[in-house]
Amino acid sequence: MPTPLDSQATISEEIATYAKDPSGPQPRLDYAPYRSSILRHPTKALKQADPEGAELLAPVFGPTDVDPLEADLTIQDGGEPLGERIRVQGRVLDGDGRPVRRQLVEVWQANASGRYIHQRDQHPAPLDPHFTGMGRCLTDDDGRYTFVTVKPGPYPWKNHQNAWRPAHIHFSMFGTDFTQRLVTQMYFPGDPLFALDPIYQSITDPQARERLVASYDHDVSEPEFLLGYSWDIVLTGSRTTPMEATDD
Amino acid sequence: MTERTLPATPGQTVGPFFHYALPYPGDNELVPWGSPGSLTLRGRVYDGDGAPLPDALLEIRQAGIDGVVPQVPGSLRRYGVPFTGWGRCATDNAGEYRFSTVEPDASFIAVAVFARGLLDVLFTRIYLPGATDSFLDSLDTAERDRMTARREGDALVFDVRMQGEEQTVFLDFT
Ligand SMILES: [Fe+2]
Repeated sequence: MPTPLDSQATISEEIATYAKDPSGPQPRLDYAPYRSSILRHPTKALKQADPEGAELLAPVFGPTDVDPLEADLTIQDGGEPLGERIRVQGRVLDGDGRPVRRQLVEVWQANASGRYIHQRDQHPAPLDPHFTGMGRCLTDDDGRYTFVTVKPGPYPWKNHQNAWRPAHIHFSMFGTDFTQRLVTQMYFPGDPLFALDPIYQSITDPQARERLVASYDHDVSEPEFLLGYSWDIVLTGSRTTPMEATDD
Repeated sequence: MTERTLPATPGQTVGPFFHYALPYPGDNELVPWGSPGSLTLRGRVYDGDGAPLPDALLEIRQAGIDGVVPQVPGSLRRYGVPFTGWGRCATDNAGEYRFSTVEPDASFIAVAVFARGLLDVLFTRIYLPGATDSFLDSLDTAERDRMTARREGDALVFDVRMQGEEQTVFLDFT
């Protein structure tokens, strides 16, 4: 017999316990309310290391890698997907505010009904024959990326009973150093599911997790065509200056 | 000291549904399979119960046989492009990943690990058998062994253990 799933109340209590003791701006890897993390987080401390060799250089991507059409998720399958058409745009920056130029950004998401085309997605919501939900682009010289897509729906999952993920777009980014590699999720403002979601709440610092929420941006919206969202990404990693002046 | 003016964007798990988005044809084929001088780099990813992870994703970054870390595009459309020194491989149902690459003239291959259930990226290194450097010297014997690939025939084998006594040595670069 499979063990019955915990209730949202149980998960919410656990979330509240962790929230009393916030632990930095990154997600906790050891975060039991997200049940799949229990056997998959490191139980030994990470080792401090200085990046060396290949770690100092991110891979390079160029126009031969990515077709500009891959940034429009609404034109991929010979017809228009259903849902709210949106543009998501912003800049990829390093910790000093410098743009990450001509670098790869990959996105994937559920369709407007909250369904992924992935085989493992068993949510009984309709697939959209005109939507695969994956896209790529290269940032420009200003570090800017832009995607046209439809707003993804929230979707259920089996972490606990009646568990629903807030609507999100998965993002994958590279910096200039290999150690700046970032995979994250972008959320939409005002989602009522934020407080209930153990993945979002695994970032126990409230200000830090709000950095994953895009802003509605009316200047990006286009009349009678789409709604605009803006979201900037700041990469971390050891952006060490290789030739630092030594005055010690 | 580097001064940080902007707070970093937090990571989130890659989740269960990345398979139709991140993997692509040739992603794990840094050089053609079986080409002269090619090396198979493979291993399995295990959870704390010793069960394989069928939904992990590894990325590697490495120098070539000349010791140079390439900074050339072409990883997403590999055919006919020079060695890019970067690759990606999702684990299969047995938790196994495999790359076709070359043995770098360097002590290690850099690795990024993603998985459903893993809330942020983890970094490690695959040291070549016999390699040594000051970081490896700072570890105890068991850790050093766990960070070093073993040779099996023509392949290098390196397993990733997410937790427990035999946990992979994961790195903190901050
Ligand atoms: Fe998702």
